[in-house]
Parts: sequence; structure tokens; C-alpha cells
Amino acid sequence: MSVTVKIPTPLRALTKGEDAVQAQGATVAEVIADLERRYPGFADRVLDGKGVRRFVNIYIGEDDIRFLDGLKSATPDGATLAIIPAVAGG
Amino acid sequence: MAAAHTVAPSAPSSVSLGPAVALSCRECGERVPLGPVFACASCFGPLETAYRFPDEDPQALRRRIEAGPASIWRYAPLLPVPADVADRPNLNPGFTKLVRAGNLARELGVTGGLFIKDDSGNPTHSFKDRVVAIAVEAARAFGFTTLSCSSTGNLAGAVGAAAARAGLRSCVFIPHDLEAGKVVMAAVYGGDLVGIEGSYDDVNRFCSELIGDPLGEGWGFVNVNLRPYYAEGSKTLAYEICEQLGWQLPDQIVVPIASGSQLTKIDKGLRELIALGLVEDRPYRIFGAQAEGCSPVSRAFKDGHDVVRPVRPDTIAKSLAIGNPADGPYVLDIARRTGGAVEDVTDPEITDAIRLLARTEGIFAETAGGVTVGVTRKLIAFGQLDPSLTTVVLNTGDGLKTLDAVAGGPTVVIRPSLEAFRAVEL
Repeated sequence: MSVTVKIPTPLRALTKGEDAVQAQGATVAEVIADLERRYPGFADRVLDGKGVRRFVNIYIGEDDIRFLDGLKSATPDGATLAIIPAVAGG
Repeated sequence: MAAAHTVAPSAPSSVSLGPAVALSCRECGERVPLGPVFACASCFGPLETAYRFPDEDPQALRRRIEAGPASIWRYAPLLPVPADVADRPNLNPGFTKLVRAGNLARELGVTGGLFIKDDSGNPTHSFKDRVVAIAVEAARAFGFTTLSCSSTGNLAGAVGAAAARAGLRSCVFIPHDLEAGKVVMAAVYGGDLVGIEGSYDDVNRFCSELIGDPLGEGWGFVNVNLRPYYAEGSKTLAYEICEQLGWQLPDQIVVPIASGSQLTKIDKGLRELIALGLVEDRPYRIFGAQAEGCSPVSRAFKDGHDVVRPVRPDTIAKSLAIGNPADGPYVLDIARRTGGAVEDVTDPEITDAIRLLARTEGIFAETAGGVTVGVTRKLIAFGQLDPSLTTVVLNTGDGLKTLDAVAGGPTVVIRPSLEAFRAVEL
């Protein structure tokens, strides 16, 4: 499966300034593994020992993967996956 | 590692924001220079302002504060703002009333002193004026000319008004289905107001993406890329409460939770006052209050978790309807560390509490105030809040903003005659 991944500003140093890249994988975990192969250090920035870092949100299309199946969430061909730092507001 | 700064059109190489010296990651401790950046480049943790406070005799500092203006600027030595902040065009919020709520205390069985910190008295009638006032100074320092935000309503009005006073352009983003009063307040100041089809969390996500896009270049989003400064404004609630109690810590304080930022900064403010010797170091307890229809932090607290699972909000307390509260884990830490708790109330309990506060103290609170008063009542009933201790309950906004939540009208309609009035036997 080929997906588009939107890269947040803090990670663009790894992707040579690209704000979106293509990646392969049938699940979010596989997509991140693919990004790690191409951009070493990527996975460690997004994940910790428990899964997705608590101040990182990952969306497939409009859906937060925490409402789906987490890292096992399916990434359909052509999907857009967005990695976004959590921010407070009100 | 380089910090992930957003682009400011004329950002100076170094800025002067009073005692603020750097930004520090709350998760990993990494420090970066002051700038319009909100997430740690290493771990995505939230950045917050780090200070070097004046080494000043506590009595002298108290006198200096007490001689200051009747606004949050009396605490300028403890905030990320220039020393001459009070002389700049700003809304000058704060120093709102701390109301001794004797009637409500009797109703709730509180004997140790019950106070309402009534922030409806701010210029746009919510506590948001405090945080926005700080953000305006940061926006100026970094050379932004457009002030923006994602908002559940109160913040939109506060940003619109502050930008108007400061001579900045504003463009704010809100969920499309907010209460009419909040939409009118957000629009009246002349800036652009954009309704987004979605919840607050959708709006917040949109703004996070906008910041990384050329469309958002040169924009200061008060609660995103200016958040490390903006959030510090909530510390002034803690400072004011203690000063108004005669430089004493309250024993217990009940704070509403939306993102959780306000509660964490109140705790930070109390700890700073202790560290500076401005108040006596003794225990205090912080309680968090949510609406049942958006209670991810309360749920995590009751389940003993340290991770907050996001929810989709469904409550009349729209100013607290953040389903994915970024500071939720810190709220859990603080409630547990201080011996407090996090509790929630249903929508009917919120409206009942709004009426209770209005009936007993003459204070018409918005739904968030109904949440804190309702939760206070519940915590007392459950034995979690000690009625024999000094307790401060926050009301963060004006009831006129959420009129729909409290349906009400005349007791009766009569002809303009004494006979008709006598007949209804009131």
C-alpha cells in the first residue's frame, strides 16, 4: 500500500525539509517502519516503548488512530497519514 | 538539536521578555532559545517558559507587586513580558474579584471559607483575556502581525478584542456550531472569523497543520506557536488568589479542565510563590472539574491510569469540550501529587449548579462555572473535598455567553395592574 505521510515541522530535518513523503505499508506500524528505513531515527521520534508518544497524534484521513486500531490501523492504498504534535487550546 | 521554529516575518535574533530566559521541554528537559515554537524537536513534548526570577527580598517583592496596576501586570516580574508592559496598548485584564461565598457555603455545608474567583469580570468576560494578553506581548516580540487561534468560543473573542486594541490583524477559527453569544462576541471586533465543520479537536488539528504551511507564515497562533507564553497567563489566577487571601495559599482549589493547561499553570504559579517566599510553604490540594459528556481526564483519574484516552465530546459545556486534552497527563499527576481529585458532572447538574450559584451569590456563571460548582458539591458529598478547609472555586466565564444552557423567563406575565399582581400571589 502506498500512502502519503504529512510531516510536521519538528521532523522535517529528517526528511530533508519535505512536508509530505510517500511511504509503503498496510498498517500505521508498517508505514512508520518504512519511514525508519529511509529516514533513520524517525520511529524513535514518534514512538516510545509504549507505542505512539503521548504528545503525538496520528490521523488516517480525518480519523485519530486512537479511535481506530492504534498502530495496527489499516492504511488503505492512497490514504493520507498525518503526524501532528498535540497542542492544548480552549 | 534545532528547535522547530515557525516563521515570523521580522523575528529578531534575540528577544526580551522580562524574566523569561528559555523554553524548556516538560517531558525531556531540553532547552531551546525563546521563540515561536511549542513542541520539543526531540520528543514532541510541550515547551514551557523557563525563568530567572529576581533575587529579591520577599517582603520587598510583595510591596512592589502591591504597588503595581490593578491588572495582571502587577505580576510582570514573574511573567514572560517586557518590564514596560503596562505602558503598551493591551486589554490589561485580571485582578478580578475573589468573592466570599457565604450563602453558597451554607448551602453546601462548607465551614472553612468558600470563595469564588470570578473571572467573568475580565474585559471580554472570561479568563482567556489573561492568557491572550501575554500572547500579544510574545507576538510583538517575534514580529507577528496577525493574531490567530483555534477556539471553543471564549478565546476567539479574547483574541479579537486584544488584537483590535494592539493594532494587529486577527483571524480566528471556531467550530461552526458554537453558542450564538460567543460567535457574536468573536465577530464584533472586526477580525476574520472562520467556522470549521467539525469539533474543537478538528479545529485544533487544522490550525496545527496551517502553522506548518506557507498559508500560516507570519501568524501568531496564541494557543499553538505562542502557547508556551500564552499558557503562563493562567499563573496569574494563582498569584491573585493568594494575594487576595492575604498572601496565603488556599487549602483547596477547584479548577475546570478543558485542555488542562489552566490547572497545570495554577499549580506552577503556586509553586513559584512558595519558591520565592511570597507565601508560606504548606500543602494545598488541586481538584479538576469536567463535564460528563467530555470527561477523559476524570475517567483516567478514576481508573487509575496515567494516560488519557481521547473522547468525542457531547456536552453543553462547550468551552470545556476538548476530547483530546494535551495537558491531561499533567493534570492527573498534579491531582494525585497534591491529594486532590478529578470529578465530572452531568449536563443537568451543570445547569442546576449555574442556578445555585446565581441564586446564592448573584453570580451568573457560564457552563464552565456550573461545572466547577457542580463538581465542588459532588466532591463534598463524596467526602473528597474537606468542607472545613479554605476552598476557592473558579468561575472562568460569564453566563451571558451560554444563555442557551439555562432556559428561563418570567415567573409569570401579567397586565400592568396591582389587581393582576395580587392575583398571582407571589
